[in-house]
Amino acid sequence: MTDKSVWREEFSVDAPEDAYVLRRQFTKFLVLTSFGMAVGNGWIWVRSLLSKEQPAYPEVVIGRASELAPGSVKMFSYPGAEDPCILVRRANGAIAAFSQKCTHLSCAVYYAAAHDRLECPCHEGYFSPDDGRVLQGPPPRPLPKIRLALRGDDIVAVGVGENTEP
Amino acid sequence: MACVILLLVMQMWLLTATLESFLAGHRGVAGAAFAVSTCLFLLCGVLYGLVVRLDRSRGAEEPPRSTSGPWTIG
Repeated sequence: MTDKSVWREEFSVDAPEDAYVLRRQFTKFLVLTSFGMAVGNGWIWVRSLLSKEQPAYPEVVIGRASELAPGSVKMFSYPGAEDPCILVRRANGAIAAFSQKCTHLSCAVYYAAAHDRLECPCHEGYFSPDDGRVLQGPPPRPLPKIRLALRGDDIVAVGVGENTEP
Repeated sequence: MACVILLLVMQMWLLTATLESFLAGHRGVAGAAFAVSTCLFLLCGVLYGLVVRLDRSRGAEEPPRSTSGPWTIG
């Protein structure tokens, strides 16, 4: 049989012609993608509106100062159960607490006592244990600082500092 | 079509920048970014309309395609 077979005559659209994409079809696809981007931006806007109200931070006792040896750390969650934080007792006795989520890609930071800094193991982002500022690496912002109060021997978390400026 | 691609690249950048800003706690820019993104989308729509119109006008100039097929044989 040659190309003049009956089925070829009945199927009038060839495969190459069927796969051919017109300019306006491709442009329509691009416009639909653009619509998706706009919807994504709208979703972020709605989320920002819903989360605009600043919650009242609870006062949570994290631990006792006398139980923290210099150079030691204590993990806790604040203000919610899904907000991991790290409390650092430095060699000079100073106490500071920060959110444990790296501001780059949210990996958990840890305290490197040997270098006296908070380190993110994912991309080697380093933070100062003084105020959470970025010392090195890709993180764009300092670590959010947990406001602490010392009541007697108790270390109490009373709020989260903004600390969002680069 | 190149303009639409350019607008799309701008929108991609805007979306990633807005997301980064939102995660950083800067809530104020989300509304403005949404407005700009919507404008870019509308601009893409206008350009798409122009493409369709251009194709139609070209199609009107060209001779009509042959409608001969298997169903007209004989």
